[in-house]
Amino acid sequence: MKNFKKVASLLLAGSMLVGSLAGCAGAAPAPGADSGDQAAAPAAASGDKVVKIGVYEPASGDNGAGGKQETLGIQYANSKTPTVDIGGETYTVQLVVVDNQSSTEKGPSAAQQLVSEGVSLVLGSYGSGVSIAASDVFKNGGVPAIGVTCTNPQVTEGNEHYFRICFLDPFQGTVLANYAYKTQNAKKAYCLSKLGDDYSAGLVNYFVEAFTALGGEVVEESFPEGNSDFTSYITNAKSQGCEVFFSPVSIEAAANIVEQAASQDLGMPILAGDTWDSNVVCGAAEGKNVDICVTTFYQEGAVPEFDNGLKEYINGDSTALANNGGNDMIAAVSAMGYDAYYVALEALKAAGSTDPAAVQGVLPSVTYEGVSGKIAFNATGDAERNTAFVKKVNTETGTWDFVAEQSI
Amino acid sequence: MSVVLPYLLSGISVGGQYALIAIGYTMVYGILRLINFAHGDVFMVAGVMMVYMCASMPWYIAMPLMIVFTVLIGFAIERVAYMPLRSAPRMSIMISAIGVSYLLQNLVAYITGGLSQQYPTIPFISDSINIGPANTKVVTVITPFLVIALVFALVMLINHTKIGMAMRAVAKDYDTAQLMGIRINSVISTTFVIGSFLAAIGSVLYFSNYTGVTYTSGAMPGLKAFVAAVFGGIGSIPGAVIGAFIIGISENIVKGFEAMLAVFGINSNIGIATFSDAVTFALLIIILVVKPTGLFGEKATDKV
Repeated sequence: MKNFKKVASLLLAGSMLVGSLAGCAGAAPAPGADSGDQAAAPAAASGDKVVKIGVYEPASGDNGAGGKQETLGIQYANSKTPTVDIGGETYTVQLVVVDNQSSTEKGPSAAQQLVSEGVSLVLGSYGSGVSIAASDVFKNGGVPAIGVTCTNPQVTEGNEHYFRICFLDPFQGTVLANYAYKTQNAKKAYCLSKLGDDYSAGLVNYFVEAFTALGGEVVEESFPEGNSDFTSYITNAKSQGCEVFFSPVSIEAAANIVEQAASQDLGMPILAGDTWDSNVVCGAAEGKNVDICVTTFYQEGAVPEFDNGLKEYINGDSTALANNGGNDMIAAVSAMGYDAYYVALEALKAAGSTDPAAVQGVLPSVTYEGVSGKIAFNATGDAERNTAFVKKVNTETGTWDFVAEQSI
Repeated sequence: MSVVLPYLLSGISVGGQYALIAIGYTMVYGILRLINFAHGDVFMVAGVMMVYMCASMPWYIAMPLMIVFTVLIGFAIERVAYMPLRSAPRMSIMISAIGVSYLLQNLVAYITGGLSQQYPTIPFISDSINIGPANTKVVTVITPFLVIALVFALVMLINHTKIGMAMRAVAKDYDTAQLMGIRINSVISTTFVIGSFLAAIGSVLYFSNYTGVTYTSGAMPGLKAFVAAVFGGIGSIPGAVIGAFIIGISENIVKGFEAMLAVFGINSNIGIATFSDAVTFALLIIILVVKPTGLFGEKATDKV
């Protein structure tokens, strides 16, 4: 009983502490902004004005690999164009990179950090779930955000501060369904998503809608967080006579799925969305008997100058090389990150100020011709895009082969 | 049978891998009454070490080295984080275990940059084979036999050697065993060495099948193995092994339940595969409600 009291009082004290900390977090922007100014002071002393762009990306967790590649694109763009002219003055662009750890619980505090640092706008994130989770933090902080590759419609829906430069899942899901039904001739699809993951659940949902509308049949399943044993799901797909295995999940799960599909002789093509466009997937599939197709934003070779520049940048820096997964294959998300950075610069130029509110005001009318195509925002704040690239893994060389440019 | 076989195979294989981790939990609990939360992470560190070592040396050198290092890590963890707390309340040592667990995870997250690493392909056990209608890896088939052999050897060690007798004595009564002249520290170290050795073997089998290794890879298998140990009656080695097999098989049967029904012409759409973990843990609750000490648990131990 005595012990119980002790524990109870400790718990109480603990909860009060947490409560007071939460209170601090709410009041944090002011002191946080101060420290941000101090950090900027040395740069200002050297005669430069600084504008901060927040980079809200995962560097660890399920989506760490993709997040790092996207950040890499942004950093490369920053190294190419480190300054911007705002209202007749030259500002140095400072990237403030935070790690949202691919987690919807930890994302908001990383986002709060950006708001506290006083960034003019935010780029990111890879992964729709974390973007949705941080949306309110950016909104309350009055900071506009540009989603780079978060494809779930909910990211930009019903708000004015979130924009995005990539295509959306209803589009991507329909493209994939058309590809599966018409090109791959599959009449029954197995769809596997991750439980509680906005991205995979959303994309599967749109795929199923489009695929059943075409007259196909689907089997839908989802796996819980932390699962790496996909053997039974693969058996399910085989035993139910499915003809395509659609699994637009995180890269980490992808590596496991590819490996286990190969060892169990899946015998049907694997189809996935933009997340799988990664050298991790290529590496896992190299030398194995698997057939993997993905839809994505950019095809390596489309803009050679960009490809070569980025490759040079990656090879010139061992950290960058490690962040890109150990080789210089160009991920579509890096191209998107690169474009996002320039869109951000365009917005700053148009706003003529580093004030986040002013940037948000001009963002809807910003247009930019990027390496991944033309970028212009519609009324919801989404980029108007109507093509996706279909790529296929070449299992002999471990690289991507271009298959088709697909619109709906 | 041909419908159920692939699921059974996956279940037996993953169950065997859980069993190897569960033995580490159950032995440490039996002797120290400590739930070693860092054990799942020792298993993960073994996997990560193998990835890095295979990059610079052939697998047949890397594997024994990896096992030696894992054993050393297990030994060091006990000496550094648990031994100084031997006379402290049990809660403190458990908190220390949680601390070690997070330390290992964060260290690996730092070294790997938080990214998933591909586990190296080990010849023979990574090959594909056909068993009737099921395609799988050789490792799936070897696992249960290897587990049974290792458990047999372990039981022999515990029942028929001097150190085994010392372990049993310490498990029975810690203080009296000490008074009888048993060197308690070496007994506890041996326990950790055996536990880490089995975790290292388990990591080779597990990651050969599920090849992505990240800093969180130890969490789920660790948790399942812990559940298996509780399920079988914590402190009991055969209990942990049987518990692990039951959990491995039941989670895979649940994942394939609807597909099996579909083959028999029953089309349901309840999405039970989603609840594979939930069903497993519900099973645990039921067993513990009916039999609070687990399947083979000793009576009247004071649980933490």
